[in-house]
Parts: sequence; C-alpha cells; structure tokens
Amino acid sequence: MTATFDPTRQLAPSGPLVDEDREHHRFRVHRSTMTSPEIHALEMERVFARSWLYVGHESEIRDPGDYVRRPVGGKQIFMVRNKRGEVRVFHNTCTHRGAMVCRKDQGNAKVFQCFYHAWSFDTDGRLVGVPDRDAYGDGLDFGALGLRPVARTESYRGFVFLSYDPGIVDLVEYLAGATEYLDLVVDATGDAEIIRGTNEYAIEANWKLLAENSIDGYHAVPTHDTYFKYLVALGTDLSGGVAGTAKSLGNGHAVLEYSAPWGRPVAKWEPLFGEDSRDEIGRLRADLVAKHGEERARRMCDTNRNMLIYPNLVINDIMAITVRTFMPTSADRMEVTAWEMAPRDELPQLRQRRLDSFLTFLGPGGFATPDDIEALESCQQGFHSGGLEWNDISRGMAREPLANDEEQMRTFWRQWNEQITGGAR
Amino acid sequence: MTVTDEPAAVVVGPAVGDPAAVTRAQVEDFLYAEAELLDAWDLDTWITLYTDDCHYVVPCNDTPDGDPSRDLVLIDDNALRLRSRIERLGSRKAHREYPHSTTSHQVTNVRLRPVEGSGPGAELPVVAEFTVWRFRGERSTTYVGRYQYRLRVVDGRLRIASKRATLAMGSLRQVHDVAIIL
Ligand code: FES
Ligand SMILES: [Fe+2]
Repeated sequence: MTATFDPTRQLAPSGPLVDEDREHHRFRVHRSTMTSPEIHALEMERVFARSWLYVGHESEIRDPGDYVRRPVGGKQIFMVRNKRGEVRVFHNTCTHRGAMVCRKDQGNAKVFQCFYHAWSFDTDGRLVGVPDRDAYGDGLDFGALGLRPVARTESYRGFVFLSYDPGIVDLVEYLAGATEYLDLVVDATGDAEIIRGTNEYAIEANWKLLAENSIDGYHAVPTHDTYFKYLVALGTDLSGGVAGTAKSLGNGHAVLEYSAPWGRPVAKWEPLFGEDSRDEIGRLRADLVAKHGEERARRMCDTNRNMLIYPNLVINDIMAITVRTFMPTSADRMEVTAWEMAPRDELPQLRQRRLDSFLTFLGPGGFATPDDIEALESCQQGFHSGGLEWNDISRGMAREPLANDEEQMRTFWRQWNEQITGGAR
Repeated sequence: MTVTDEPAAVVVGPAVGDPAAVTRAQVEDFLYAEAELLDAWDLDTWITLYTDDCHYVVPCNDTPDGDPSRDLVLIDDNALRLRSRIERLGSRKAHREYPHSTTSHQVTNVRLRPVEGSGPGAELPVVAEFTVWRFRGERSTTYVGRYQYRLRVVDGRLRIASKRATLAMGSLRQVHDVAIIL
C-alpha cells in the first residue's frame, strides 16, 4: 500500500525530516512532520501499526468476564479477562457481517452477543451461539468464525500492550531500559490499581507535541508559573529545585529523573499531608527500605520520574502517578486518555492527597494541564504561520544532558525517523 | 448591574428568610446572578456567593457518580482552592484563559427539593440544567450538564454550600478542557 509513496517528493523537498549535526550540536526537525496529512497517514502504518501500544491496566479487569472497550492505535478493540484469568484483546467486530460485539465501555459479560443477528462469542472469542444454525448446513467451519484477537498481546507488570504487527519483538525486549523504571513505579506502589474516573480530552495539535511536552523539563517554570505559585501558597518549599537527569532508555523511550521538592504519597512527607500522616508515611518508607534496600528506596521515595514509552504512553511518577496515552486523529489533532494509578487500600488521607495532586496539576480541569494544551495548540498554529521550516531541539547536545535539556526528545525523534524512513518491512 | 463598590457579599441575590419559604423565582434570580458574575469574569464577587465551607465539584465524564474522596474527578475545590483558582484565572500566566474566553452560562429547568435540616444549617437542594458556551478566538465549545446545588441562608441571603456540575457529554474531547468555571 505504501509502495507508490515517495517520501522525498511529498514530505520534505529539501532533504531529511530529522536533521542531526553532532559536530555543530544541532538537531532539528522539519515542521512538516507536525502538519502533513501524508506523514500522518505514514505514521499510522509505520509507527502505530508496528509498535507495542498501551491498551490498559490489568486492574481494570480483575475478574473473569470483566472488560473494557477503547480504540487503540486507531482501531476499535476490547480487552477481556477470560475464564482462566488470562487477558485477551480482540478486534471489536463481528465475524458475521461486522457489527461491534462489545457495545459498552466497560462491564462484565460471560458472552458477547452481537445484536444484529445475535451471534454470540465467549470470553475467548469462540463462536458459541448462532441462531438457526441448521440453515448453514454442515460445510461451514464455525470454529474459524471466532472473534479475531489482535496480532500480539503481552503484559508487563500489569500494563497490557498490544501490537498489530505479528513479527514485532517481544514486549520486554521492546521496552528495553524502560522496564527498570516501570519496576520502580510498581515496586514502590505495591498492589497498584487504576482508580475510577477517566480524563478523556483532546488537543488540536500534533500528537508528537505531547510526546515532547510530557518529558520536557524546560517548559515547567514559564508555562506552569500559576501552579507553582499555588503550591508555594499551600506551604510547599520549592527551593530545593528539580535537579536531575534525562536519559534515553532505548527504542525511543526516555525518562527524566529528578529530585522532588514536593511531597510524594509514596513516601515523602510534607506539611501539606498533615501531621497525623507523618508516621504512616514514615512506616511506608521503612517498608520500602526493608524490601528494596536504602538506595533503591531512596529513589522510589525522593525522586520523580516522567517517562515516555515510545510512541504514545506516558507514565508520570510525580506527586501522583499518571498513565496517559494519546492518539492522533489527524495531523492537527490528538485524543488524550489519562488515568490515575494508586496503591489499592491506600489510607484515605494519602489517597485524598494523591487525588488532589493529580487533579490540580495533571487534570484537564487543573492548574497546569490546560496551559500545556494551550502551549501545544499554540505551536500547531505557529507551524501554520509559515516562514520557518524547522524546530530546534538542540538543547544540551554539548553536555551531559540535564532534565531540562532535550536529549530525551532527540531519542524519540531518532526512533520516529528510523520507523518512518525505514519503509515497508 | 449589581457590581458596585459596595461589599458585594451583602448585595448579590434576593433577600430571603426561612429556607423552607424560599421560592423558585428567588432561587432562579440567585442562579442567574451567579451566571452573570461568571460571564462578567467578576470572580471576586462571585466567590462571595459561596459559604466558607463550600465545595465545588466536577466529576469525570465517565463517572458521574464520582466521589472526590475516592475517585478521580475533574475538579474538587474547597474554598481555599477555589480562591487559588480565581487568583490563577486572574493572572496573565493562566495561559489557557489569557485572554479570557467569552462565556454564556445558561441555567434552566430549576427544581427545588425539600429542605434538609433546620436552623442555620438548613440546606435547600436545587437541581438545574446548564449550558455553558465558551468562545475563544475562532472556536466555540459547549458544556452541557446538570447542576446540583445545596443552598443555605446566611445573613438573609442565599449562599452556595456546594455546587456539583455533572457533564452530560460522554467525554471532554469536544471541549478540550475545563479551564473555565462551569
Ligand atoms: S453482524 Fe453480528 S450477528 Fe450478524
Ligand atoms: Fe507541562
């Protein structure tokens, strides 16, 4: 399908889309990557159809028959726990004539009955009911008419991913250095769950702008001034700053790790949490030290992590834990879905603090995320102002990259460039 | 316009006595006054309509019954955070609302429920439907949903002890965010 596509003709008349000049410490990205419908179409085939994509968290479907339905990589799918407790992910389309067999966003079902002609499928996708089956004689192979599972489904420590590419490497190999950081988040959280309440919003901007923004330490101070003022007004001491590092984790994944000047429900106390939670947080911390040793526990408790798992999953382990994914619907628009992860059976007080942190900073009704949305939309409009062709992403190339440098974005772009220019496999 | 140099807290809304005797027309006048203040971006006067122990909640679209002590919601403000929100929205660094949108808060289908409690703590539950138009640049977006208020009488005036704005839209995808006050 891409055979007739000539990237050099349509994409960037002047040469490559991603242009790295190590000698002059210059890294730039052609703005057509953010605006071109052709590149968007190419991304759907070469990025989203050939990566591991986040589907959901296992805690969302604890019991057999529990399911969630959502689009992933632009396709309608649903994830269900079968009778043996395994996670299955199916294309949400009836094998008879195409209707969606899962018609609610979440629930519990023993069978999925298509309403159109009432074929039914069990939680393993097997076709278990066909009204008036005799009409088909005995030649038709009903065993072959089960729901179609997506090409690959794998889960890492509760995070379920799918790939539409049957030939993709195993998930652990794909995640590369990101596993260390997922382990840190999960080990610190214990029995983690996605809590009720989903943030589903949209940004009129290219999806790669959010990939960049999610790991961009450089914008925090100018963009989020009102949020930091709010924290300070509440008594948080930000004078410690956010010193830290940015790191490439391989395969396009990247992480920022930096000191947390604010409290962390796991497990860094601050006055805002209230005197009565001080002992509890101390106990949580001692537990983590006992289980994981002083050094690893210190990282869990005192540092933040903003991680991008290529191409479109962000896990922020900051004053709350976000799990956020986003998909382009066109070159100029993306749909964002975000959840909050928390330890199950958390003390109500700490849960409250975690919820407060999430919704004041990270939510689309909060004191920071709307400003990120504005920034991204502003970039998108800026791209259409013309006159300039390139974005500059060179910050920190001449030194060991810091958390407010741009090495993490370069990592993303190198991987993106490789996938886009790699052509059909 | 009711917006003057007078201490606004005592002038906004109709004079009322016993909550049980409050009429729908009085409640409507009061809610319209709130809408007018929001549309005028006179948030310093607007906050005076609220009690000191007030609560303003917007649940997530997929969990209209969301409990802010347990579930993720979009907005969960007490008086302190509401004041922070107002301060933020007054700043030119609230980039998403600088310059401010033009809004039109439309309140309809006002229903009064039986008063709960007695004495100064008595609360009048009110349910209403809302449409909030937001215009910014070339874009218009519309929030639709249901308000659930709990009103008290404080010093002879209606005051809002809590306001919950439950959105009817299945998600925020069409409105992008909730950077305004609903
Ligand atoms: S389309 Fe599903 S039963 Fe016919
Ligand atoms: Fe940001």
